Amino acid sequence: MATLSSNLLFIAFILYLVATLFYGGSIKTKKESNEKKGTNRWGTIAVVLTIVGFISQLGYFITRWIAAGHAPVSNMFEFTTFFGMALVGAFIVIYFIYRTTLLGLFTMPVAILVIAYASMFPRDITPLIPALQSYWLHIHVTTAAIGEAILAISFAAGLIYLVKAIDQTKSSKRTFWLETVMFSLVAVLGFVIVSSVFSAAGYHEKFNWADKHGAEAVVEYTMPALTGPHAGELLTKDGFKPLVEMPAFINAKKLNTVIWSLMAGLVLFGLIRLVLRKRIAAALQPLVKNIKLDFVDEISYRSVLIGFPVFTLGALIFAMIWAQMAWSRFWGWDPKEVWALITWLFYAAFMHLRLSKGWHGEKSAWLAVIGFVIIMFNLVAVNLVIAGLHSYAG
Amino acid sequence: MNDVKCECGHVNPHGTVLCEACGKVLDENEINNKELLDMRYEGSARRSQTYNKTIIDKIWNFFSSVKVGVWLIIITLIASTIGTILPQEMYINQPPDVYYEQEYGWFGKLYYQLGLHDLYGSWWYLLLIAMLGISLVICSLDRVVPLYKALKAQRVTRNEGFLKRQRVFGVNEIASENDLTTIKKQLKDRRYHVREENGDLLAEKGRFSRWGPYVNHVGLIIFLFGGILRFIPGFYVNENLWVKEGETAAVPETGGQFYLQNNQFILQHYDKNKDKTFEKAIDRAGAVVKNYQSNVVLYKRESNNLPGEKPKLKKVTDYKVRVNQPLTFEGYSVFQASFRNEMNAMSFSLTNKKTNQSAGNLKIDLQNPKGKYDLGNGYSVEILNYFPDFEFAKSGEPTTKSRVPNNPAFVFRMTSPEKPKGETSFVAIKQTIEPFGDNTYKMAFKGVDTKNVSGFIVRKDSSLWAIILGGIIFMIGVIQGAYWNHRRIWVQNKNGQVWLAAHTNKNWYGLKSEIETVLLGTKFSIPEDRLQKENTDKEDV
Ligand code: HEM
Repeated sequence: MATLSSNLLFIAFILYLVATLFYGGSIKTKKESNEKKGTNRWGTIAVVLTIVGFISQLGYFITRWIAAGHAPVSNMFEFTTFFGMALVGAFIVIYFIYRTTLLGLFTMPVAILVIAYASMFPRDITPLIPALQSYWLHIHVTTAAIGEAILAISFAAGLIYLVKAIDQTKSSKRTFWLETVMFSLVAVLGFVIVSSVFSAAGYHEKFNWADKHGAEAVVEYTMPALTGPHAGELLTKDGFKPLVEMPAFINAKKLNTVIWSLMAGLVLFGLIRLVLRKRIAAALQPLVKNIKLDFVDEISYRSVLIGFPVFTLGALIFAMIWAQMAWSRFWGWDPKEVWALITWLFYAAFMHLRLSKGWHGEKSAWLAVIGFVIIMFNLVAVNLVIAGLHSYAG
Repeated sequence: MNDVKCECGHVNPHGTVLCEACGKVLDENEINNKELLDMRYEGSARRSQTYNKTIIDKIWNFFSSVKVGVWLIIITLIASTIGTILPQEMYINQPPDVYYEQEYGWFGKLYYQLGLHDLYGSWWYLLLIAMLGISLVICSLDRVVPLYKALKAQRVTRNEGFLKRQRVFGVNEIASENDLTTIKKQLKDRRYHVREENGDLLAEKGRFSRWGPYVNHVGLIIFLFGGILRFIPGFYVNENLWVKEGETAAVPETGGQFYLQNNQFILQHYDKNKDKTFEKAIDRAGAVVKNYQSNVVLYKRESNNLPGEKPKLKKVTDYKVRVNQPLTFEGYSVFQASFRNEMNAMSFSLTNKKTNQSAGNLKIDLQNPKGKYDLGNGYSVEILNYFPDFEFAKSGEPTTKSRVPNNPAFVFRMTSPEKPKGETSFVAIKQTIEPFGDNTYKMAFKGVDTKNVSGFIVRKDSSLWAIILGGIIFMIGVIQGAYWNHRRIWVQNKNGQVWLAAHTNKNWYGLKSEIETVLLGTKFSIPEDRLQKENTDKEDV
């Protein structure tokens, strides 16, 4: 069952990749079929592939559920994969409202990155500790992820808006920040690539080190240590000697991973820029030529409108019900809870700004980008860095 | 202040921008202002836009501003992030004045000194939330009443200027009777509520979604009110209760009404041989706990007994308290929160240091140690002093931190035929002090019996109903406002032409494609969206 499950996930992943190519094709060939309204052949194939991929991933989810005996949303790998699946699902729903394949071209790469990122975490089926043994937990986590995924669609639409609206002929603050967003996506790819390469090479090195209380501990790196642990002593023969030693209060191993990912991201980004000979956003601009600005703006806002209630229900209300059962208090100011509140407040502010200050169009698109950054921060940084009760990852 | 009478005959309250009935522009400023009407709140007379004289007006106007509201939300948001930089006071188990500096250096010290270690309980954070609440109340009141009146008073036939200055607007020279019937039918098919007056038409749907924001704000206010209730004494109980296996304890804050007996504490781990699926994960993590459970019996006191007398107890229920499965009774909930393994008894053997021969064993109950243990044949051990939770006080004297035997220490007098007067020895875990020189005998440590103690949290939260109610109302409100929208289409005879105008509070794209379907099969031309080029419109609710 577990093997079947991972195969289904792999198939889904490949299908998403192929679908993305077809989404690209559907835009390129638009000129010929401009007279006919609606989706062209390429687009139809892309959507069908996406749906088949989604069903395959649903198969992964169900078979893994059967194998584990609990819904597979209980560690970093499972949760992030689920988020990727929800993203595809949310796209499918929005697609059938607005029927634009361009949205697929921007959403699918994000979903693919999310799933690839998820696969860098330990993929073992984990047993549930007592606090996690509650069906409310599963309801809470899945609903919250679905809400975040719908909100993320507003990011994809916002990105389309920005790519189209921002003048690329001269450099400005706006081109800089848009390119930063593009770079961040490339850096995630960088992380996936370095992690996969070192893990395929089976790279390991161990250190003895002293934590901030002076206690001795052993840490194992899976990438060559550029930043070594505090008072680190290399135990592995022929291991890579750290370039700098970090003070005890910094997690040198995680910092090392971040540095490697950024380096890989920079190299990749440099290569892409070399090939394109212009900004990534500028290179994408021809693709969005045929879309109307107020149309994507509405898609972006609509996703927020659809996603916000779902997010509230999942990330706050169901979370409170579970917290009441598991920890006897529905709210405890745990970092993960606070970040859910922050996300919620942010989108509330978004809607009020749009309603009363008329922050439409580009401002609204930037807000959608910031919202996505907050969601990602909650998913990645709060779990990995600000460890709280919810922290899945070790 | 005077009410304003419109030429259509409707009397509007002072401050009205658009006549409630026919939509004529009443406010002089608005007339030559823009090409398009600002349709927010239907141009109704809002208190905050009308009065600005007294202090009350000023406070009202401050809190009714959405700009202020958004600022409050953003400040709360930023403040909340600051609280997640370092762990909050409730998540550390050391005195905060040492902890922050020791763990995080100068930054930690500063964090602590600024009071950020208890940010969410600080007066200014609570003040922020309170202001948010006030803003919610005033903001909603300022808008909901006039909006309600204006929507209720609207007539079918609208003023020319009103129609002309709608965002979606189109003119048709002639319309056949046939076309009008088709449009009417197609509107009704799309669930529009169609009203007719002297040949003019108003189709409306989803008006109730306009109340969404106000409903959700009411939900939020009830939720916040629930939060305030907790500060009332007795509304909120949150106590720790430790019960050792085999013992019974009174449940705190129940006025001695309830007693909890702990029969057994159970701690189970996943077994990688049995749970094969988890084998790899267990190897990676070491051991993973499967279950924390206390098997308890709940008793209720039968009658009022005299002070000092043992209470008569009646069994209420048997229950297995587990994480996620609290025991609930009469508004109280008992949660499995933690456990510890406590020393229950210690055994020693009185041993001759030279020959290593034992003169007898004794077992000391750490809750109720006996004064003297007679080992026979002239051997005995007396406990001169007992420190259940031993430490050296600042003065150097041995003392005890608590009554819990976490670190027991004894002063023994060992009597033997060789030393009939006795020898004194101080014995603590891993150390022995012989204050009066070299002893012949020692108390050799033999072993320790332990017992589990279950840690419960006893909780009563009488504000839960408000929290739940607020949550439900909030959800209804957001869904109402987000999943529906308020659309209106006017088809009216003006100047021998047929005008078509439309308005929605959001999702113009959806409205426009709906108009296209409604006009299908008629000779009506598709009205134009006059904001298409600019994209700088404002939407309203
Ligand atoms: C965290 C607190 C708040 C939440 C979650 C919240 C939520 C909402 C939501 C979901 C809407 C509907 C938005 C839409 O349909 O696009 C809304 C509308 C509205 N909110 Fe709030 N709100 C909050 C605080 C406030 C505050 C403090 C004010 C007062 C200044 C306020 C004033 C309004 C107004 C006036 C509207 C109607 C929009 C308009 O007509 O301009 N809200 N709110």
